[in-house]
Amino acid sequence: MRFAVSLLSVLGVASVIGTVLKQNEPYENYIVKFGQFWFALFEHLGLYDVYHSVWFLVILLFLVVSTSLCIYRNTPLMLKEWRTFKEHATEKSLRAFSHQATFKPTADYAVVKQNLLQFLDAKGFKYKIRAQEDGSELIAAKAGTHQRWGYIFTHVAMVVILFGGLLDGNLPFKVQEMLGYKRIETTDLPVSKVPAESRMSVSNPSFRGNMTLAEGATHNVAFLRVRDGYLVQELPFAIGLKDFRIEHYATGQPKSFESDLVIFDPALKEPITKTISVNHPLTYKGIAIYQSDFQDGGTGLKFNVWNLFTPNNQPQALAGNIFGEGALGEGDAQLRVEYNDFRKFNIINMSPDGKGKPHNVGPNVTYKLRDSRGQATEYVTYMQPLQIDGQFYFLSGMRETVQEDFRYLRIPADDNLSIDGFMGFRAMMLDASKYPEIAKRIAEKSLGVRGDPQMKKQFELSLVRLLTVFAKGGYSEVAKVIEKNVPEKEREASATTYIKMVNVAAYEAYNMGLALNKKPLLKNSPETERLLRDSLNAFSDMFFYGTPYYLQLNQFEHKEASGLQLTKSPGQKWVYLGSVILVLGIFAMMYIRERRIWLYLKPDAKEVHFAMASNRKNLDFEQEFNLYREQLAGIAS
Amino acid sequence: MNETIGYQQQTLLQRLNWQDWLYALVIVAGSVFAFIKYAHFMDAYEVTFLFGAAALISYLGWQWKALGRLVLGVGVLSLAAIAMYHGDQARATQVFFLKFLIASQSAIMWMNVLFVLAMVTYWFALYRRSAFTGRVASALTWAAVLFGFVGLMVRWYESYLIAADVGHIPVSNLYEVFVLFCLITALLYLHYEQKLNTKQLGGFVLLVINAAVGFILWYTFDRAAHNIQPLVPALQSYWMKIHVPANFVGYGSFSLAAMVALSYLLASKGVLTSRLPSLDVLDDLMYKAIAVGFAFFTIATILGAMWAAEAWGGYWSWDPKETWALIVWLNYAAWLHLRMVKGLRGPLLAWWALIGLIITTFAFLGVNMFLSGLHSYGTL
Repeated sequence: MRFAVSLLSVLGVASVIGTVLKQNEPYENYIVKFGQFWFALFEHLGLYDVYHSVWFLVILLFLVVSTSLCIYRNTPLMLKEWRTFKEHATEKSLRAFSHQATFKPTADYAVVKQNLLQFLDAKGFKYKIRAQEDGSELIAAKAGTHQRWGYIFTHVAMVVILFGGLLDGNLPFKVQEMLGYKRIETTDLPVSKVPAESRMSVSNPSFRGNMTLAEGATHNVAFLRVRDGYLVQELPFAIGLKDFRIEHYATGQPKSFESDLVIFDPALKEPITKTISVNHPLTYKGIAIYQSDFQDGGTGLKFNVWNLFTPNNQPQALAGNIFGEGALGEGDAQLRVEYNDFRKFNIINMSPDGKGKPHNVGPNVTYKLRDSRGQATEYVTYMQPLQIDGQFYFLSGMRETVQEDFRYLRIPADDNLSIDGFMGFRAMMLDASKYPEIAKRIAEKSLGVRGDPQMKKQFELSLVRLLTVFAKGGYSEVAKVIEKNVPEKEREASATTYIKMVNVAAYEAYNMGLALNKKPLLKNSPETERLLRDSLNAFSDMFFYGTPYYLQLNQFEHKEASGLQLTKSPGQKWVYLGSVILVLGIFAMMYIRERRIWLYLKPDAKEVHFAMASNRKNLDFEQEFNLYREQLAGIAS
Repeated sequence: MNETIGYQQQTLLQRLNWQDWLYALVIVAGSVFAFIKYAHFMDAYEVTFLFGAAALISYLGWQWKALGRLVLGVGVLSLAAIAMYHGDQARATQVFFLKFLIASQSAIMWMNVLFVLAMVTYWFALYRRSAFTGRVASALTWAAVLFGFVGLMVRWYESYLIAADVGHIPVSNLYEVFVLFCLITALLYLHYEQKLNTKQLGGFVLLVINAAVGFILWYTFDRAAHNIQPLVPALQSYWMKIHVPANFVGYGSFSLAAMVALSYLLASKGVLTSRLPSLDVLDDLMYKAIAVGFAFFTIATILGAMWAAEAWGGYWSWDPKETWALIVWLNYAAWLHLRMVKGLRGPLLAWWALIGLIITTFAFLGVNMFLSGLHSYGTL
């Protein structure tokens, strides 16, 4: 018993490990987190799938064995205690009880006996009367001995539950793996190429696997994740996805995930169609199919691609789909585009203090641009402009490694909430042929300059130079020039002047671009100032964007894929059965109180001896004994 | 005691008077009304729970008259609040009684205040050995429970006012269950207070309840957690109505036992000994509370497994919350073994019950705060 209690504690402590160390993560995550040495040690100890590790299973096995031994040893005793009335107690032994009393009845013996038996009946005691050699009678009564079944039930239940749990562990696979018949696959292969040692047949009695099903696709295998690899689980039927739907609340949070499934089985007359959702799985041939999660299923994408560093304002078209690839550029500079993910809904909290309500900001697409040397930069671009501080911006994030956070390019949207205003402006700023015109217009408006032709010419020249520098690298480039050419004391003053000049030039350039497209011109106003500031910042940031190509998502043809979980759990009914037995047993052990009463009747001596016992000594028993003693005193008088 | 020297015991049904039957009638009438109005929106399980709850509330009200009075009080105030709303959420800040008394947030704030007052009054009663002060403290506790349940009932209604698809029973996130925890623990305490006829433990049990109140206040003012959120798909199930309350009977009982254990340890060291019940009584109460808690915690864990089998693809995933529930279960199973089989009594078990509170708190709150997993509905 002490062993059992220690086992319970050991099991408890061992279980903690799996809660503080995230289980079943891809091995790279662990290597990054712990470093090579600790990673290898933890792997050796089986800590990444601790609940299926050999030593954990051994603890559970010990628990089963120990409990079974307890049941084996104690059940005969329990059953005996349940049945027996202990009518062979002697008068001498009864007098040794801690809870006893003696009464001297004056009434007739038969009457007293009758009353006592009635008392026992009323209190729910069953009794047996045994005549003694000297003419006395012993009434041996018991109540609540069903409690003993509580012991049997609770402990049998533990064994049954652990047995059921064992059925649902992957023991058959583990044994086969140890014997060398099976091994996990760790590389990304098409299903048909996965070798037989990494495939589990339809006769696998128990498994938990996943299936990602794109709309319109049909599969007949699931994937079982094991450690850092997987196994292919053959299914006795095929599942197709007709449609996947997400419904949302008015707040934008997801309300339900639903998949319209079709089950194809040659044994069926007609395929089964059923809609599953979270909390409403479908079970067929002992395999339960759950709505687990979802992802993109190969959404079709149509982009406008801008080359940010040419004065050409015409975008080119690019089409692709998620999980597919494309190409941008030519020759050595060609980039491979890998379309990774598309999300139709992005619920983001845009308020600066984080306390506002999140709302849907529209779709985004995640992709990588990989150069000829294999280096990739990752981008996430939002389709629609997002409102930040009352102004709308097109956001595109970039990062060079997975560990970094995305850094965002913020392109201000124009009055039509389109990117065209910025793109036109950018083209103007890069077009060297336009600089003289821009400079001229500024000079005309500059009071201090327009009067004097010589100053005007100087002014225009310096403006053209400034624009040339700016077109090379935005503000950073201007800063570099200042550092090189201007003495330290005057740098701040120069910078302020240059920034002012750039802003003024931007105003003219922007309007020239608008005029070209026959759009209304900007007027002088705080909004225009802000727009120009944002546009210039975006222009400067362009040079750090990591690529000349800006992909603007124009259209998409949404294709979703439903994430299903498939499980076969033969142990489930054992676990449920065990659970019911366990609850019955617990209530029996706690709320059925076993008590025994002995009434030794001595007609000759006109004496009734009362003794009471319980297998649990507690306050309730004390109180009951006192009450019965009082009540019996009244009867046996 | 129901029994007299005439030892014949009446059955429960024989002991009921006309007020008991009227009470049951009101409860049944309410459930029938709810059924007629809303059966369309409930599945078979939820209808069963509706009538099951009616039967349970009737039975409990018969066994414990004060509870019956509480139920009626909660019903009257909640219905008054619903009536005052006129189906318009905005009235919560316009109508005086809603704004300051029985709109769900107001009621819950009153609950918080009353629990604090009750604890202070219990300690004062203990210090002054005053029976009258003790009765005041008890009344304050009953009032706190009344307002807490009104708060939850009105919150249930308010969630439907936001939108029909947002409405749900208020046991779905950390905020709501903390309120439930306070109420269940307080009710369990009041039950034992009456049964043992002692008010001396109120100050102790209310310690843990007020810790929860402190958390509720922080959570409300710092994280705006009191806002009603719609249910994520995984929680849209009739299972939530039974798994969560059962868990909190367990947590509440274990917390109560821990506080009684605290009083036991103080009394056994000579602190407040003359004011507290005897060590035997405290020990017995500890056992009873842990027994009840263990029974309900077992049921709750099993219900959770059955729910998981419908929602997540398996009755057991070794998810941190599931695993910690197992650890709590193992802890109290070990405690009960030591007591029932070994016959252990005394300070060791009291320490164990007190430290068990740490394990229970971690399973309840720590898992959500520090660990991630399928159960992170109420992450802070």
